[in-house]
Amino acid sequence: MKPFDYAIAENRAGALAALQQGYRVLAGGVDLADLLKEGVEPHDRLVSIDALDDLRAIERTEDGGLRLGALATLAGIAAFPDLPRLFPALAEAASNTASPEVRARATLAGNLLQRPRCWYYRSADFPCLKKGGSQCYAWAGENAPHSIFPSGACRIVHPSSLAPVLVAAGAEIVTDGPDGERRYRAGEFFVNTDRDPINETVLPQNELVVRVDLDELPARSAYIELKERQVYDWPLASCAAAWDGSKWHIVLGHVAPLPWRAVAAEELLQGHADLDEALAERAAEAAVSDAQPMSQNAFRVRWARAAVRRALLKACGKEPV
Amino acid sequence: MKIQFTLNGTPHDLEVEPSDLLIDVVRDRLGIKSPKRGCGKGDCGACTVLMNGRSIRSCLVLAAEADGQDLATVESLSANGPNDLQQALIRRNAFQCGYCAPGVILAATELLARQPHPSEEEIREAIAGNLCRCTGYEAIIDAVRDVAKPTRKPARARKGAKR
Repeated sequence: MKPFDYAIAENRAGALAALQQGYRVLAGGVDLADLLKEGVEPHDRLVSIDALDDLRAIERTEDGGLRLGALATLAGIAAFPDLPRLFPALAEAASNTASPEVRARATLAGNLLQRPRCWYYRSADFPCLKKGGSQCYAWAGENAPHSIFPSGACRIVHPSSLAPVLVAAGAEIVTDGPDGERRYRAGEFFVNTDRDPINETVLPQNELVVRVDLDELPARSAYIELKERQVYDWPLASCAAAWDGSKWHIVLGHVAPLPWRAVAAEELLQGHADLDEALAERAAEAAVSDAQPMSQNAFRVRWARAAVRRALLKACGKEPV
Repeated sequence: MKIQFTLNGTPHDLEVEPSDLLIDVVRDRLGIKSPKRGCGKGDCGACTVLMNGRSIRSCLVLAAEADGQDLATVESLSANGPNDLQQALIRRNAFQCGYCAPGVILAATELLARQPHPSEEEIREAIAGNLCRCTGYEAIIDAVRDVAKPTRKPARARKGAKR
């Protein structure tokens, strides 16, 4: 591993000052350690924010929302009292990500900001578009796990399982930086590769994610992820479905460079609170109607469709068949 | 930089590079060899250690991040010979090459500390991050279950179990 300067932030002000000087945040380190070792992100300066204990809190707000600290671990979120009843989609996503050892260290903000799993990006041997190179190697290469929806030339999929859930629930990502706290709607935080092939989010380098706010929890929600192995595997398609009392929000995960909002499916379901099999299936078809699979991943269009149908039915309390 | 942590009950004061990984410090500096370098990227679980009672991947943790923490490896379990879980694993012949064993044992130890009577599903979930390429997991799961429910008869050997 390339040597780097290591600073320890005693408090939030110290962390923000370090960011101003070009330091990169080290939190759980689950993703970053891997990137450093592989030489994919050879940072010169890291700042540990482990001492920022106030960022670990998970709290219910007085009016029934949730505030999730940026340093809350996935294990901590999964174990939050009553979460499976309060917000089943989040409980499902947090408790099924990776393995217990990973969930014990992996933080909420790290989950949202983790870099893509694309094997060309993850290998220092491939100077791909995401590393500032001139081509995406997935087009002529092994592209089964890559994007199946319209993207820029870089065909990564966003690896987070929590991101689709938070987008579907209308969460806000709160940052702190030189201009004080800023709030980003989760649905506007992530960007497609046609807009930015290098960065997966709009987060400026000098801002620190401090928490995720959910002012209201969805009245009904479900999250379904489909994998080759049932545990400890990256999903090949997932779907978060949330009913906010007047409208469905349907967001696919692991199929596009960002959490993929299924707008056509949401529109088709307007005015329908409760869904039957036939309606869920029609929405699922609409959700993948604009898919553009690559040479090896057309099968995942069917997987994505199944994820949407099952998430909608599950959110309605129906056992999908 | 200077760090200090407790490993298997023994305090250590160390001078490390920021880029040193915890597994390398534990194995090469302190000579505790049970955590293994497997994949080196957090996939296989052979490097598992307990940090404050939680199983973590020591190949994905900088030694600097372990400053002030309480660490334990499988060596801490056997001060008086193999403990109940280890004896159950031996009885079940649950490992062959043994490379995954320290990680599996620590993952199961964490589970049993938190949930003394886990369901089979909970056992499977707890060891999901520890890959074993020899045994097919069944004997490992049976052994954890033996310890989890000591009052019950051991589960019958599975007919036609694949090895």
